[in-house]
Amino acid sequence: MDYQTIIAEEKNAVGYLTFNRPKQLNSFNEMMHKEVSSVLKTWAKDSNIRTVVISAEGRGFCAGQDLGDRVVDPHADAPDLGLSIETYYNPLIKLITEMPKPVICAVNGVAAGAGANIALACDIVIAAKSASFIQAFCRLGLVPDSGGTWFLPRLVGRAQAMGLAMLGDKIAAEQAVELGMIWQCVEDDQLKAEAEKMAEHLAKQPTFGLSLIKKAIHAAADNNLDDQLILERDLQRLAGRSSDYKEGVQAFMQKRTPEFKGC
Amino acid sequence: MALLKSTVVKSGVMLIELNRPEKRNALNNATLIELSELLQKLDIDPHVRSVVITGNLQCFAAGADLNELAALDVVSIQQDPRPKLWKKIDEFSKPLIMAVNGFAFGAGFELALHGDIVLTGENAQFALPEIGLGMLPGAGGTQRLARLVGQQLAMRWAMTGERVTAQTALQYGISSQVCPTALTVEYAIELAEKIARQAPLAIAVIKQSLKSIHEVTLSQGLKQERQHFVWLAATQDRQEGIKAFFEKRQPEFRGV
Repeated sequence: MDYQTIIAEEKNAVGYLTFNRPKQLNSFNEMMHKEVSSVLKTWAKDSNIRTVVISAEGRGFCAGQDLGDRVVDPHADAPDLGLSIETYYNPLIKLITEMPKPVICAVNGVAAGAGANIALACDIVIAAKSASFIQAFCRLGLVPDSGGTWFLPRLVGRAQAMGLAMLGDKIAAEQAVELGMIWQCVEDDQLKAEAEKMAEHLAKQPTFGLSLIKKAIHAAADNNLDDQLILERDLQRLAGRSSDYKEGVQAFMQKRTPEFKGC
Repeated sequence: MALLKSTVVKSGVMLIELNRPEKRNALNNATLIELSELLQKLDIDPHVRSVVITGNLQCFAAGADLNELAALDVVSIQQDPRPKLWKKIDEFSKPLIMAVNGFAFGAGFELALHGDIVLTGENAQFALPEIGLGMLPGAGGTQRLARLVGQQLAMRWAMTGERVTAQTALQYGISSQVCPTALTVEYAIELAEKIARQAPLAIAVIKQSLKSIHEVTLSQGLKQERQHFVWLAATQDRQEGIKAFFEKRQPEFRGV
């Protein structure tokens, strides 16, 4: 399918979603929301796609909301910012966090506002050395959205989350790794290759099992230990019935490399 | 194709699956007739100790059959067999467990509310969308729901048709457990089996006693409970239960 604001490619069981409004630093407008959501929904259901990579064209990753879309006339009534969050950003974050397969984010440049938080919603974030993260919301009198206030304290702890959200400082990729905000930081010219390597590796792993890991770790944020132990029992029960589990055990016994099918 | 599939899944446990997937298990008259007749049969079958009702992974039951409803005028509604069918389901005397995955809307929600115990998958969604059709829930939806969750939420849900998630249903006592969707039926069967192993006469009066709480005052209820208690003293299963406890072994209940 042809898209105007994104590029969607499928290769070796990996779905590559690339934001493609480089002149606007890949900020979101309505069309981009619709295209992104349509692609992610398709891949969520497509068992041939076993890993998703989100990245962007140009020097930036994503500058969040395209403010050109939100004309603020000082004399008009206050806009309803909740509406676009309810309609677009919240469903997008849920699409990423509920995607039953790994979602890698390759952050190639500045990730600001909702753009930063979309990256943080992904399962594994790799950033180029020159990339940066900014919780720019506070500078406009706004609140970090797209899950920012939920992800940040869980990733970096409350003290760092408060500092990041209230000061809105730019955090370099290396510092983001030190803070525990993202998984890895690589040389700029290595980003694409590293993300692809990781994606192709994950796309050969037990996808169903990985989806259960993702589910468990997300649930842990709300569960107490007792509930989480019960959930682990349930998920392990399901995982143990997968054909990948059988294959994994057999391959181990036969001292060969397992061939996982993802189910 | 049969509207219901019924299978003995464990000793004493009957699983009933609503089986009109193409109609999202809409509860038309034929389905309700089959269900109520089946339950009447199972009620007197000594081999059946507990029953699980479920739909499929995507859908428990998505409501009544709108084509049938649309055909009813005020006269034919007077002669509608459905209230009698619902009553028969309500009168089933053995433990009835609902395993709800996916949508339980309208009549589907009301059927779930007929269960003694409800388990849901995490994808379960309840709603009373009747209001959107200019109607109200007609199979106990307003009554049973309000008694479970209170007037506030029942008003809201019945007046808006808002969807209720599995977590919310658990929180307000519509269900007693949320399971990973793929395990709901299995866990419901496990629970049904656990109950099937208990003393059937005691189970029967527990159900009776608990179902009467909305019919009688507390003092009447306590009196009835006492009568049940005394009555059970005459059963052999009670003796067996106490004996097995002292002998540190599993009791063997025979329903006598």
